[in-house]
Amino acid sequence: MKGLTPAIWKLIGQSTLQTLEMVSLSTLFSVLLGLPLGILLCITSPESQGGIRPKPVLNEILSRIVNILRSFPFIILIIVLFPLSRMIVGTAIGTKSTIVPLSIAAAPFVARIVETALKEVDPGVIQAARTMGSTNSQIVFKVLLPEALPSLISGLTLTIINLIGYSAMAGAVGGGGLGDLAIRYGYQRFRPEVMAVAVVVILVLVEVIQFIGNKISAHMMAKR
Amino acid sequence: MHITLKNLVRNYESVHAVQDVSLSIPENRIFGIIGLSGAGKSTLVRLISLLEKPDSGEVWYNDQRVDNLPEKEIIQRRRHIGMIFQNFNLFSSRTAGQNIAYPMEICKYPKDQIRARVRELLELVGLSDRENAPISTLSGGQKQRIAIARALACKPDILFCDEATSALDPKTTQSILALIKDIQRKMNLTVVMITHQMEVVRDACDYVAVLSEGKVVEQGTVKDLFAHPQTKVTKEFMSHLTTNTANVRDDGVVIWSDVPARYTLRFLNDRVETPVISDIIREFDVVFNISGAGIQKVGDTKMGTMVCDISGPEDAVKAALEAIKERGVTVEEAQA
Repeated sequence: MKGLTPAIWKLIGQSTLQTLEMVSLSTLFSVLLGLPLGILLCITSPESQGGIRPKPVLNEILSRIVNILRSFPFIILIIVLFPLSRMIVGTAIGTKSTIVPLSIAAAPFVARIVETALKEVDPGVIQAARTMGSTNSQIVFKVLLPEALPSLISGLTLTIINLIGYSAMAGAVGGGGLGDLAIRYGYQRFRPEVMAVAVVVILVLVEVIQFIGNKISAHMMAKR
Repeated sequence: MHITLKNLVRNYESVHAVQDVSLSIPENRIFGIIGLSGAGKSTLVRLISLLEKPDSGEVWYNDQRVDNLPEKEIIQRRRHIGMIFQNFNLFSSRTAGQNIAYPMEICKYPKDQIRARVRELLELVGLSDRENAPISTLSGGQKQRIAIARALACKPDILFCDEATSALDPKTTQSILALIKDIQRKMNLTVVMITHQMEVVRDACDYVAVLSEGKVVEQGTVKDLFAHPQTKVTKEFMSHLTTNTANVRDDGVVIWSDVPARYTLRFLNDRVETPVISDIIREFDVVFNISGAGIQKVGDTKMGTMVCDISGPEDAVKAALEAIKERGVTVEEAQA
């Protein structure tokens, strides 16, 4: 472990911060994109599947887009989205620019999670809300989302953990962060101890986030 | 408010759920719609409560046709309809009190008015102490009470009960029916009860329509229906009726008089089959006033029980009692 000099520890610290930056911002943007998409997917689905405003064509189109984006290998997606990243952030390399492909890769995943969580809400409860004269937006915001909140939280935890994995991959194309550190120092400069530390830090991050997510979800269920 | 249904038809891909139903539901009464599962009850209630549009036919509330209203007006109209369900359908994300507040929130009532009305409704259904209780901590009966309070929040003029007591035990069913009857009177509601239980019709409804295979096969006052059931379906429903549990004692004796009787006669074995009472009346100067009777199987033998009063000249009664005992019938005398 003699290779772990103060300079290297500083680098590890910086990389951790970069990872946190990538993950938190891309979580935010993927939720901003994926949540409305997931709600749309749910409410436009056929009535038999819990759709409160069935729109078969729109539903089919959205569903296809989500599937295509989800089946794209992430590393390819980053390259394909280089021009978009350059347009939005101004550059195609660096931590900030990886937030674009990360958000776009995670958004369809978030959308499916939201869709599934909302469809699990008891149809009887939705019927009750409708008989009371709720508008569709009231059903979404006052019934569907609150009723599905515990599963939405579990889904969000899953998303963040996935994004930690993806962000490590984004490091390979100059995105910075722990994945980048592990590859450049650990692999390319033959310093396995750096790689080991990077992996351990990622592991700890995943564990902490899973723990917090579970706690929040359990706390919510206990109050119901 | 009275509801009129004219020639309602609703089909689902070759299933004729509701076929040509016409009904007049009088205001401020409890109207029962009884039918087996698959008879079209649920579809009918979805049509009357404007959750679904009929393929043809009309729904009228008072003098307004409502089935063809634009979506916006239908939403407004629904806010004056209360509905309760078999599975309660309460919001698990809300406490009991917040559930009751929901319909008022969507109608944009001011906050302090909502708070006051929630208290008032909790008191009405007898659950004042459970305002902040999570739904999962309530019993079935309590859940239905909260659902009733929620249904009444915006002072509806109609209350639909869709199999509202089917998931409850007999005792809770009675208390929920009593609550609905009480509320109906207090709030001048038109109540429509959809059920498959004849007990509910008997114990709560004024009028009833019998639904079979999507059609109304019989309708009228509950009294008439019980006195003169016309169709096979209705008779079938009646045959499944259990007796009013209040009048049946543990030993199976049905008591139909409120006046306590003095004597209990027990007939064993073949005595059950013989005309003991007729013989006694012919022989002595006494009359029997029978206020209850029943029969029980005890092992291989039958035991008949009769609760009655015997009146007449004192000597005659005494002699009659002796004669009854001589014929192998046990006589128990209640302590006066």
